[in-house]
Amino acid sequence: MHIVVCVKQVPDTKIIKINPKTNTLDRRSAPAILNPYDAHAVQEAVKITKTIGKGTISVLSMGPPQAVAVIKKSIEIGADRGFLISDRAFAGADTLATSYALSKALERISKDMPVDLIICGKHAIDGDTGQVGPGIARRLDIPPVTNVIEVSELNEGEKTILIKRKITNGYELIQAQVPCLLTVEKEINSIEYSPMPNMIKAARYEPVIWSVNDLEEVDRTQLGLKGSPTIVGKMFTPPKPEGGKRLEGNAEEQVKQLMELLNDKKELFVSR
Amino acid sequence: MSEKFDVIVVGAGPAGTSCAYTCAKNGLKVLQIERGEYPGSKNVMGGVLYRKQMEEIIPEFWKEAPLERPVVEQRFWMMDKESTVSFGYKGLEWGKEPYNNFTVLRAPFDQWFAKKGVEQGVLLINETVVLECLTENGKVVGVRTDRPDGEVYADVVVLADGVNSLLAKQLGYHKEFRPDEVALTVMEVINLSKDKINDRFNLEDNQGCTIEIFGDSTKGNLGTAFIYTNKDSINIGVGTTLSSMIKAKLKPYDLLDYLKTHPMVRPLIEGGESAEYLAHLIPEGGYHSVPKVAGDGVLLAGDAAQLVNAIHREGSNMAMASGTMAAETIIDAKKRGDFSETSLNQYRETLYQSFIIKDLEKYKDATHTFEHYPQYFKEYVPMLNRAASKFFTVDGTPKKEKQKEIMKSFTSERGTIRVLQDMYRAWKAVK
Amino acid sequence: MDEYRGVWVFIEQNDGKIEGVSLELLGAGRKLADKLDVPLSGVLLGYEIKSLCQEVIAYGADQVYVIDHEVMKDYRTESYMKAVINLAEKYKPEIFLYGATSNGKDLASAVATDLSTGLTADTTMLDVEVDKRLLEASRPAFGGNIMATILCKKHRPQMATVRPKVMKALEPDPDRQGEVIEEAITLSEDDMRTKVIKIVKDVTKKVNLADAHVVVAGGKGMGDLQNFQLIHDLADAIGATVGGTRDVVEAGWLPHEQQVGQTGETITPKVYFAIGISGAIQHVVGMKNSEFIIAINKDPDAPIFDVATYGIVGDALEIVPKLIKELKEARERGGEMSYV
Repeated sequence: MHIVVCVKQVPDTKIIKINPKTNTLDRRSAPAILNPYDAHAVQEAVKITKTIGKGTISVLSMGPPQAVAVIKKSIEIGADRGFLISDRAFAGADTLATSYALSKALERISKDMPVDLIICGKHAIDGDTGQVGPGIARRLDIPPVTNVIEVSELNEGEKTILIKRKITNGYELIQAQVPCLLTVEKEINSIEYSPMPNMIKAARYEPVIWSVNDLEEVDRTQLGLKGSPTIVGKMFTPPKPEGGKRLEGNAEEQVKQLMELLNDKKELFVSR
Repeated sequence: MSEKFDVIVVGAGPAGTSCAYTCAKNGLKVLQIERGEYPGSKNVMGGVLYRKQMEEIIPEFWKEAPLERPVVEQRFWMMDKESTVSFGYKGLEWGKEPYNNFTVLRAPFDQWFAKKGVEQGVLLINETVVLECLTENGKVVGVRTDRPDGEVYADVVVLADGVNSLLAKQLGYHKEFRPDEVALTVMEVINLSKDKINDRFNLEDNQGCTIEIFGDSTKGNLGTAFIYTNKDSINIGVGTTLSSMIKAKLKPYDLLDYLKTHPMVRPLIEGGESAEYLAHLIPEGGYHSVPKVAGDGVLLAGDAAQLVNAIHREGSNMAMASGTMAAETIIDAKKRGDFSETSLNQYRETLYQSFIIKDLEKYKDATHTFEHYPQYFKEYVPMLNRAASKFFTVDGTPKKEKQKEIMKSFTSERGTIRVLQDMYRAWKAVK
Repeated sequence: MDEYRGVWVFIEQNDGKIEGVSLELLGAGRKLADKLDVPLSGVLLGYEIKSLCQEVIAYGADQVYVIDHEVMKDYRTESYMKAVINLAEKYKPEIFLYGATSNGKDLASAVATDLSTGLTADTTMLDVEVDKRLLEASRPAFGGNIMATILCKKHRPQMATVRPKVMKALEPDPDRQGEVIEEAITLSEDDMRTKVIKIVKDVTKKVNLADAHVVVAGGKGMGDLQNFQLIHDLADAIGATVGGTRDVVEAGWLPHEQQVGQTGETITPKVYFAIGISGAIQHVVGMKNSEFIIAINKDPDAPIFDVATYGIVGDALEIVPKLIKELKEARERGGEMSYV
């Protein structure tokens, strides 16, 4: 059983500070972390291999050299090995070019050890698109199942996997053929506090780093900025709506005024 | 099936990393365990890094380390409510290699420093807390961390886990602090443009200034305040001993607010944006508080060994120097194959013969004196201010008469004998 | 590229009911189609859903491409994607819009990859540059009160996903005429590599933010989980549903279902309380169409005040308890100020 988890290094949007003058991210204030959904993806891979009692977990990431940190973080969670594809040629990639690059790396990984399952996080917290996972699945011609909240059963003999997929107000129980690609929600599992031996292993681990030249049969026109059909045309500040009325005074006075206003607008509170 | 290392270093601050780096550089198998998310995340320091001790570990570190500004001017203010008597030194030689001190921000600096250690072969693990030292027959043989399967073994464990070293307490090497042995310092990082800083502090790019403030900054209590210039932010902070705080019923953040709005300080930070609040305990006990620093299989370095010279605000250099000394002892001990207290006491000897303990010894009575005799901060600083004001105000009085008046003002308030006693006592404390 | 003409909207249906977002997209698509002077078409897939075509036309479509086949009964990437791609390759639309639902995003991502074209996610504003026939898909840019317009200059169709409640559906015209184009699909159940074994609906009463009349939302400005309880308390006192910003959900103070904003729910309640919320654009796009917005924030310059009907500059931790007290007292006095 060979599971590959795709992971991404992202700025920690929880503690992001915006520079109010330039309206841009104060990158100094946002340390880079392993995309939270991807951490759950790695944890799920660990859970699966533990359940069946065997398996290899590889992680794959596309990013700048410092993205090795998320490979190491994945090893802490329990992955066995990691690959980073890093090259200037990948820069400026939109989701289409990204899924292309990652699929090429997956082809190479699959050559040494056939891949049975690919797991991705639902989306990255910096882009929020959720488009790369299904994109990779299409390029490798394997079925994608998105928004997975539980991997119920893995039938190695029949090569099928039973999955719960989240939908509004419930879930679907889906049986998919393996190999397939899953994108997972955070609620699929909780991240375990890694045992010390994992931490030491991760501290020692040197990820495999590939440049474009290490991938085979790559069509460079499909990489990076060149391979991206979408570009940012312009940035603009949205038209500012007219600000409303400020309630003045100290806390008591403000609350009093607010109560009066609410009383005036009582009809808004009546149920439809 | 736990792994065994040559050295386990607890803490990735200046002391820990200095030790880890030096050990790894000399071929030892080192595991460094840090409880924060990354080195520096749990560290607070006013911000001055001393070139000499850092250089001994990494020569010409200034070429790649993330430093803020090289300090070219050190000012000292005796501050009263609306005035200050200041003196200081500004030397452009400090703005060039080999430099003297730098202002740094702990998080980027510690991370960089720890990374250098990793490059030497240190295995660095973050987000892990060491719960206790593992002992066998009184000998420290490893540590137990809070992670599953969390025991790791080593020939020597170095406790570089800061001022509140629970591990050192567990081993009985030092007891719970008395409130006069630690200072609580609170600090704020205020963002201010590089140009504004240059203008207000009379600096050029790549020049920094430190201001140490005594007197009204701690409302006349024992303690200091400081203002340090970073590239495009200011570190401003104030600290006083816990005992002073309790006695005078001071709240640390109130002190900081008071400082920030003080007429001597406010114009310097006007228009700045508060970026971060930090607070930390600083060892203040000096010579008398230094615990047992070496035992069977264990060494203490940095703040964990209370190695801070508060009078000169030197702590990080002592941390680095002690970390390096600890490493050197361990390297020799490994050659000897002997990690007993007797063998590791080489560290103690080196420490005590170095500037570290020598300086602490020099000032060993200082904190106590200034704490016990509040007049130095409460009365002399204001008196000094009034005297200076009188002296420099041109009001038609002949100078000789002025001098007499000033002398009288000192002695009349306290009595000549007391003044002489005070001066003698102070001299003794700092000589 | 010149051969590509027409604006398409993917019509998502579940159990024979068309999703609201698809109707909203027909409204948005209508404007684009009119500007470009091309037809607006809906793409409807499913099993035994042909009767829905009229509704699609009523809401603004000139044509409906429909594929009705048993293999399309439940959404699956493989079948739906194949159908959509066949249609797109045959009829060559220049713009193709999808609702940003789980299925919509899933489908759009797969289709965009196979067609090697551009896809913009979670768009909040749609317009078209008529001369160049370029779709201008705008969305809040990462981390700020700034919007980015994404263009897909050299590839077709230009695709975008849009969240529910962001666009507005037209008033349906039941007499509107349109063309229904039925297409076939050569797919059998044996070709399918995924099977939907069963669908389980959650009957337990859950928070329904989308239908809430009054919403009390809290942001990171509340400080910590303990303080955030005030938001729940105020909601109880006023009979409201609790919502929150993404920060609050990421911090674990609320589940994702209660997230208001670009990547959460877009809602249009009658009354929206924004407490301790700065008003970053990713949040504002999720609630700006509320009828009556009350903002409480310590920072007088917080952008939330730009959209608020009434703003209180002050400490929420001081004001909210007072407000709760007043509301409880009013309710005890009975009748007059009863909001539940």
